[in-house]
Parts: sequence; C-alpha cells; structure tokens
Amino acid sequence: MADILFYIFAAMTIGSSVAVVINPNAVNSALAFLVGLLGVSGLFVLLDSFLLAVLMILVYAGAVVALFLFIIMLLDMQGGERKPFSRPTAVAGFIGAALLAVCATSLLKGLGGLESAEAVSAIGVGANLKHYADQLFTTYLLPVQVVGFLLLIAMLGVIVLSKKFEGLEDIK
Amino acid sequence: MTVGLTEYLTVAVVLFVIGFVGVLIRKNTLVIYMCLELMLVASTIAFVAFSRFNGTMDGNVFVFFILTVAAAEVAVGLAIIVALFRRRQTVQVEELNALKN
Repeated sequence: MADILFYIFAAMTIGSSVAVVINPNAVNSALAFLVGLLGVSGLFVLLDSFLLAVLMILVYAGAVVALFLFIIMLLDMQGGERKPFSRPTAVAGFIGAALLAVCATSLLKGLGGLESAEAVSAIGVGANLKHYADQLFTTYLLPVQVVGFLLLIAMLGVIVLSKKFEGLEDIK
Repeated sequence: MTVGLTEYLTVAVVLFVIGFVGVLIRKNTLVIYMCLELMLVASTIAFVAFSRFNGTMDGNVFVFFILTVAAAEVAVGLAIIVALFRRRQTVQVEELNALKN
C-alpha cells in the first residue's frame, strides 16, 4: 500500500514540476508548483516526518506560493503570450541537463553500497516530536538563534528594498 | 519490492534536474525563482530520506533550517524583483541587459 502511495506522490511531484518549467503562463506555473509541494509533503508523510510535512504545507504551500501569486498579480505582466524560451537556450538547457543527468546516474549507481547499511526501524525517528525539541534546544541551539536573527534581518531588508529612494532615479 | 532509499533519492535527483533545466531555459524571473525553490525542495527530500533510513535526527532538523532560510530568501528575492520591475518595467531576463557592452 505504501509503495503505491509512494509512486502516486512521486508522479504527482515530478509531473507538476515539469509543468512548472514548460508552462508559458506564470500563474499556471505557480499553481503547478503548489501541487508539486503537496506531493513532496506526501513523500514526507511516507518517510514518517509528519512535522516536516505539515510545515511544508504551512510555509511553502501557504506562505511562499501565496507570495508568488501575489507578486505575479501585482506586477501584472503582459509578457504571458511571448515564447517561454528560445531555441538556443533550449539547446543549452538540454545539454546542461544531460550532463547533470549523467552525474546523477553515476551517483545513483554508487548508492548500491548504501543499501546494505539501511537500518529500517518500524517507525522513523522523525515521527516523534520530542526528538525535534531535544535537538533544537541542545545541539542546534546556536543555529536556532542565528536563524532567528536571519529572519529579523530579512524583514529589515525587505522594508529597505521596498522603500522609494529619491536620489537614485538618474542612475538608469 | 519495497520502496527504499534509492527510490527517494531518484525522485530528489530528478526534481533537482528539472529545477536546474528550468533555471537555464526560462525567461521570466519569477518562474526562474520558482525553479530555484524546486531545487531546494529536492534537497530537502534527500535530507529527510537519508535521515529516515539512517535512523538519525540531523537531516530532519536541517530541513527545519532550510525551510526557514527559504522563507526569508523568498521574501527578500521577491522584494528585489518588485524593485527591479519598478525601475525597468520588465522582469524578462533578455531585456535586463544593463551590463551588456
């Protein structure tokens, strides 16, 4: 049963990611991205990381995609009808993707040795919320503080970036 | 046959390649940004899968931080794109050629 669910979620994720790339309309891309994120959070549930699955939906599908859609509609781009990509860039992208795919294939071939080290317990360690608290407030206490400051700085940066500067208009 | 680590890593790698191709071939800055997010999400799948199959907590906690950083990054990046649009009236990368010549 879990195997079938894995293949359903994997197909959902990969299919909608392809739709993000090939769709000429930015709004459709954002909605396909949303479906892909739902698939990813399904994969997280199958991996027993329930907290991360919920956070994925809250943070990514809730906040990030909503922000993307907000900006797309705020900018109201007229360029939706133009071609999403030209022929030279498509060729370059294809070559780059082929090189990356070769790297990925050799990487996955090397994973055969990892398979023996696979210690699958009945339920994953990520299923227990207590473990998150244990780690976040002991081993990772400093990173938590740093990330808190990062969020503060990001907020200040966004405020500064959205301000209108009077003296800079002649730089064009 | 049960689904193991290799299948999850394959999904992560395929997702990363799709995001990479999107960054290379798309012209709209917002869609390029979405493809960058796709690559981040692919890395989180790999982290959670490694964490699950090794029985350790570190991958899960790292994904926690990746989510936070991604949220901050999206806020700043979209503010930059809005500032860019206000200045240049476009977000298509082929028209953003101020450094050419």
